Amino acid sequence: MDHALLSAEKLTCIREGRILFDQLSFNICAGDLVQIEGPNGAGKTSLLRILAGLSRPYDGVVKFKQQDISRYRDQYYENLMYIGHLAGVKGELTADENLRFNLKIHGDNDQNISETLAKVNLTGFEDALASHLSAGQHRRVALARLWQSKAKIWILDEPFTAIDKAGVIELEQLFIQHVDNGGAVILTSHQDIQIGRDRLQRITLDYNFD
Amino acid sequence: MNQSLSYWQTFLIVLKRDLQVAVRNKGDIFNPLIFFVIVITLFPLGIGSDSAILTRIAPGIIWVAALLSALLSLERLFKNDYLDGSLEQMLLSPQPLFIMVFAKVFAHWLLTGIPIIVVAPLLALLLHMEQSAYGAMLATLALGTPILSLIGGIGVALTVGIKKGGVLLSLLILPMYIPVLIFATSAIEAAALGMPFSGHLAIIGALLAGSLTLTPFAIGAALRVSTN
Repeated sequence: MDHALLSAEKLTCIREGRILFDQLSFNICAGDLVQIEGPNGAGKTSLLRILAGLSRPYDGVVKFKQQDISRYRDQYYENLMYIGHLAGVKGELTADENLRFNLKIHGDNDQNISETLAKVNLTGFEDALASHLSAGQHRRVALARLWQSKAKIWILDEPFTAIDKAGVIELEQLFIQHVDNGGAVILTSHQDIQIGRDRLQRITLDYNFD
Repeated sequence: MNQSLSYWQTFLIVLKRDLQVAVRNKGDIFNPLIFFVIVITLFPLGIGSDSAILTRIAPGIIWVAALLSALLSLERLFKNDYLDGSLEQMLLSPQPLFIMVFAKVFAHWLLTGIPIIVVAPLLALLLHMEQSAYGAMLATLALGTPILSLIGGIGVALTVGIKKGGVLLSLLILPMYIPVLIFATSAIEAAALGMPFSGHLAIIGALLAGSLTLTPFAIGAALRVSTN
């Protein structure tokens, strides 16, 4: 497909001598909301890390707008937002400083920081050190970037971990809004997504026990 | 569509953040320095106050202590970032990786190299170093400690993903520090004898120029490998 934003071509991933997935191919286009499913150890995180270019696949390529991401890294990373298991939030910095740094380093707008923090219910915690925040608030500092991001592709590994119910709904609304505006969201989650279930596409990784 | 940052802006943003983190984590700044001071003060205690012997071995002691203290502090260069996910985010940034890496190494040198240069004359006094050798000692430390941070960065980047990388790190890095150690101590010895030492300094300067220009790329590549 020519209009695919991100395409995986024949990806193979081997971890600890087991084949997690073999010759996996799919396309992700603007407007897609994709959930990667599978039991623990099925290779969901490995797949996301390969898609983000953090790990190399055993075989196969990932292409962004038909260009191999390992060769055209800069263009791809201007259009990518990846939030992994580890939030990328430094405990020694305040919520405000963390968000500001993360936005700047990814070339996003760092104005209106306090409004963005308000959107993730962190008003009043701007100057609290991230190490003093709760797990959910810590996660929210990382996720706050989504509200400011101009990246087309969002790759999110378990974004709902430690987030309360109201927060999950807000995030789901944000995802829908992002895909409506021509973005794409790829996520893993063990929770069922409530909003936009009709839009949701699934990629299931079935773990091979052999 | 995104605002693009100049190299200089990227450098300053990363440098500022690393200094902020270090200031709030004071042990990181003082531990290597205290280590440096203690190791050096142990020598007069162990050897006795025979000033002739101390004068003879002072350059070596100061430089070996500087190497070990650099080694001690290096691990924190990328370890915390690796553990909290900031390193991943740095690798995924559209800004050039070598600039961000360079800013981090520079911050490391500001926090560990500069304090060593500042206290070294006091410790040299303790070791009865020749008056004429002080200038050479400061010059070699000023040129040499950045090399320690830069070359050490490669080793740290390669071992960041390993749980107990400390021993491996010393095996990787210490041999690479040998040229700096040889030329730095011989420069100080030459100065103590009243001989010219600009040749030694020139070689250390060349090592510095080489590592300034090449190691940021090597560190960046090593980080990509070890987060794989």
